[in-house]
Amino acid sequence: MHELSVTESLLEITLRHARAAHATQVNNLYLVLGQLSSIVDDSVQFYWDIVASGTIAEGARLNFRRIPTQMECLDCQQVFSPTADNFDCPNCASTRVKIIAGEEFYLEAIDIQ
Amino acid sequence: MNNRIPVIEKILSANDRIAAENRQVLDRAGIFSVNFMASPGAGKTSLIEQTVHRLAERIKIAVIDGDIATSLDADRAAAAGAVAVQINTGGDCHLDAVMLHEALPRLELGDIDLLIVENVGNLVCPANFQLGTHKNVLIASIPEGDDKPYKYPGIYRGVDALVINKIDLLPYIPFRMDYFRRGVEILSPGLVTFPLSCQTGEGLDAWLDWLCLQVRSV
Repeated sequence: MHELSVTESLLEITLRHARAAHATQVNNLYLVLGQLSSIVDDSVQFYWDIVASGTIAEGARLNFRRIPTQMECLDCQQVFSPTADNFDCPNCASTRVKIIAGEEFYLEAIDIQ
Repeated sequence: MNNRIPVIEKILSANDRIAAENRQVLDRAGIFSVNFMASPGAGKTSLIEQTVHRLAERIKIAVIDGDIATSLDADRAAAAGAVAVQINTGGDCHLDAVMLHEALPRLELGDIDLLIVENVGNLVCPANFQLGTHKNVLIASIPEGDDKPYKYPGIYRGVDALVINKIDLLPYIPFRMDYFRRGVEILSPGLVTFPLSCQTGEGLDAWLDWLCLQVRSV
């Protein structure tokens, strides 16, 4: 729903890094999105094509790497992927659980020319 | 020929920078600030009304109200006795740090002890946009159902306090409090939680005591 804000922010970051590298064109963006943080769907590409128009990033392709949520039980050290309706440790039912993956929300790299 | 360069930068880093500026402005003015987040109808405005009504004689409260188009919520906050400022997001589903940055100069910051920012009713988008407030408060409510931490983990993660509103409806609605709280505990271990009812007033004192303690500690 807030793809426009996300896209504008992405463009600012991309252009800043591209200019610093003296790029004349940006061809790819590599995004890392954790399942817990990500509300970014493929429509971002649509917004991107609009906001990046007329910049050196025009036409760049957005590539998403989605990271599933992973948790670790602090009582029995079991590492697990939670189900949609239960986050308890599947091994010992503990709620002393640490989130070890799934919160990523960053731009990892760009391809430039 | 493509040349890949590493970036590793949070996607909303610009928002986070403005949020940090907002925090400085608030700190300099000695204001304690909270960001109220919740689904539509959970009782954000009702909690603001009750809070203002009961604390306005002791502390000076301002409310910044984020809404998609109307000023109904700001009107209710003002009627309860707060200084209220409206932000119309023009369709945006959340407040962001820039919107708060632009709203702050509309308040006499020197005259405020507590600033309540009422976010747009939404359990998805506000979670990603830090505003710079001191505490993020999530208001859940019994009729929403006990599965919300599991369906919207992003917003339950990274909140500083949780209000569970409408507990007067517990006898009428199947709500497994233990199931709800287990999800909350995993996403935000040890989260301070206030079960209450804005309708009956039950549980409000604990919430107000906590809030006053935070205001005094600024």
